[in-house]
Amino acid sequence: MGVKLLLENAHIEGIRFYETYRKHGGYRSVEKAIKTMSTDEVVEEVKKSGLRGRGGAGFPAGMKWSFIAKPEGVPRHLVCNADESEPGTFKDRYLMEFLPHLLIEGLIVSSFALGSHDTYIYIRGEYAWIVDILEQAITEAKNNGWLGKNILGSGFDCEIHVQRGAGAYICGEETALIESLEGKRGNPRIKPPFPAVKGLWGRPTVVNNVETLAAVVPIINMGGEEYAKIGVGRSTGTKLISACGNLRKPGVYEIDMTISVEDFIYSDEYCGGIANGKKLKACIPGGSSVPILPANLLLNTAKGEKRIMNYEGLSDGGFATGSMLGSGGFIVLDEDQCVVKNTLTLARFYRHESCGQCSPCREGTGWMEKILHNIEHGKGKMSDIDLLWDIQSKIEGNTICPLGDAAAWPIAAAIRHFRDEFEWHVLNPEESQKRNYGLAHYADKIHVPVTA
Amino acid sequence: MSIKFNDTQMAEFKRLVDRYPQEYQKSALIPALHLAQESFGGWLSSETMDYVAELLSIKPIEVYEVATFYSMFNLKPVGKYLFEVCHTGPCMVSGSDNIVQYIQEKLSIKPGETTADGLFTLKTVECLGACGYAPMMQLGKHYREHLTKEKVDAIVEECRKNAAINN
Ligand SMILES: Cc1cc2nc3c(=O)[nH]c(=O)nc-3n(C[C@H](O)[C@H](O)[C@H](O)COP(=O)(O)O)c2cc1C
Ligand code: SF4
Ligand code: FES
Repeated sequence: MGVKLLLENAHIEGIRFYETYRKHGGYRSVEKAIKTMSTDEVVEEVKKSGLRGRGGAGFPAGMKWSFIAKPEGVPRHLVCNADESEPGTFKDRYLMEFLPHLLIEGLIVSSFALGSHDTYIYIRGEYAWIVDILEQAITEAKNNGWLGKNILGSGFDCEIHVQRGAGAYICGEETALIESLEGKRGNPRIKPPFPAVKGLWGRPTVVNNVETLAAVVPIINMGGEEYAKIGVGRSTGTKLISACGNLRKPGVYEIDMTISVEDFIYSDEYCGGIANGKKLKACIPGGSSVPILPANLLLNTAKGEKRIMNYEGLSDGGFATGSMLGSGGFIVLDEDQCVVKNTLTLARFYRHESCGQCSPCREGTGWMEKILHNIEHGKGKMSDIDLLWDIQSKIEGNTICPLGDAAAWPIAAAIRHFRDEFEWHVLNPEESQKRNYGLAHYADKIHVPVTA
Repeated sequence: MSIKFNDTQMAEFKRLVDRYPQEYQKSALIPALHLAQESFGGWLSSETMDYVAELLSIKPIEVYEVATFYSMFNLKPVGKYLFEVCHTGPCMVSGSDNIVQYIQEKLSIKPGETTADGLFTLKTVECLGACGYAPMMQLGKHYREHLTKEKVDAIVEECRKNAAINN
């Protein structure tokens, strides 16, 4: 069994409520931080822990915190990103639904460290029932003196507010989120200035993911150095993975980032293998934006080594033969799935979610969807495949926010690794409407060239 | 329906506004639009939007531009029960197409349409963060997950019953 730091108590009945949560050691990190540590010491522990942002980009959290500007007399804010809209990702929901107090506890400690007296949780609008769960947890915490004025007699005041979004993936991007919190359309801002200098209402702001902020609790409890001993290299601590698609046991799992992808998929402790005894064809291992890999490159790196489930392991080989850990949204496709169709649904998603500010993203996502629609429906031409490649390459890196890249990468990777499946659709317009290309050679052993 | 919050709704509106600094009341716009949509028939008419603008002391255009940006705001009337079925990749590979197809046949409507009796609207939506429990749909405040044809039958039945009780 791997180490569990976040979900250790998730199975305990009543853990959603304050009394039970407290009885199992809840809110110790707030006591420790507020009573025995300075704000700088809290930031220092988070730095030492090596904790990297769990929202997708993997930026070191402690470093981000240390960038926050502290102009005299200007309030600062911590904003918790609970927008969770990247297809394949449903881990933050699990945390908030089952362990709301863990998030609230992490938010109090983090607010203390950053000096945020009004902290906001921006939650995707569809998670409407979770708003009630969080608000109840906040009320309980407040009634027990963990929030409000003069917390634990320290002089530190803090309130946490929950704000619902209203259906827009782009509001997960931190500057779009801030715009949305200000009551505007979710159009990302041009950076700089970065939120750490000018964020919510022009004030210094830190935006962190739900899981990142929850991880602050074990970090303070055990100390940053101990936390950093879990995992390998720069992948410290534990990571929540939301596994979905054609798996026997889809769900949310906590891993300590030392296991192999193969173990994660096939062992009974985790996903229990592919559903219905089918074979693995492909996987998008870190949320819909990261490159899709065929089975063979997913389980092994191009060097023929077992691929490990962590930041470095999943990105081994770069985009040529690797992918990314991303948000931890692990999407598995079995031998009966069509990569073209899957790519089409993602292209449609990004077209739908583009905010429309930059022309490469606004126009490019629309074109890509149209072309993929034609290929999928037996109306594609060979030249369409190159055209798709060309469009995605012109979006990447040419937009205000990374949604453009996020729309381009899945298409580039699908063509890179599954080009023959696209070609088969073009060459067999009728047959492709009746059956799928199947597993083909995508699980074949990788040829590793022998080097001296 | 006259467009004015009742006392309970107004108290909730005040609570929403109070979460933000005095000079940044506009921040309450999205939560206020949710409240208005729930209070006034499940959609936002221009009358409703103008009312929200007035309450927040902002220009109506500031409300329209936000209401049109976010997919959860309905700018046209919808059925009493809105079936929002996810059809993004992870749900698609888990069989969401069959569920959408089945609902279409069962209710004789296409995505985007409402049944003649005004009870049901079918909508296909993008990932709702329930990918591991697919196929799924949102119905009101809650998710219905691991959908099968039998579950769809039961949900439709449940809605019809509730509608009959409330009439
Ligand atoms: C299009 C887009 C969508 C995003 N969606 C989310 C999201 O739903 N949740 C999240 O935590 N971060 C999301 N991010 C990343 C945020 O911009 C930001 O990096 C993150 O919230 C920082 O938190 P972290 O450092 O704790 O990961 C998204 C980024 C982009 C470009
Ligand atoms: S890249 Fe797309 S989503 Fe991002 S700002 Fe530009 S148009 Fe909007
Ligand atoms: S893809 Fe349907 S809920 Fe995520």
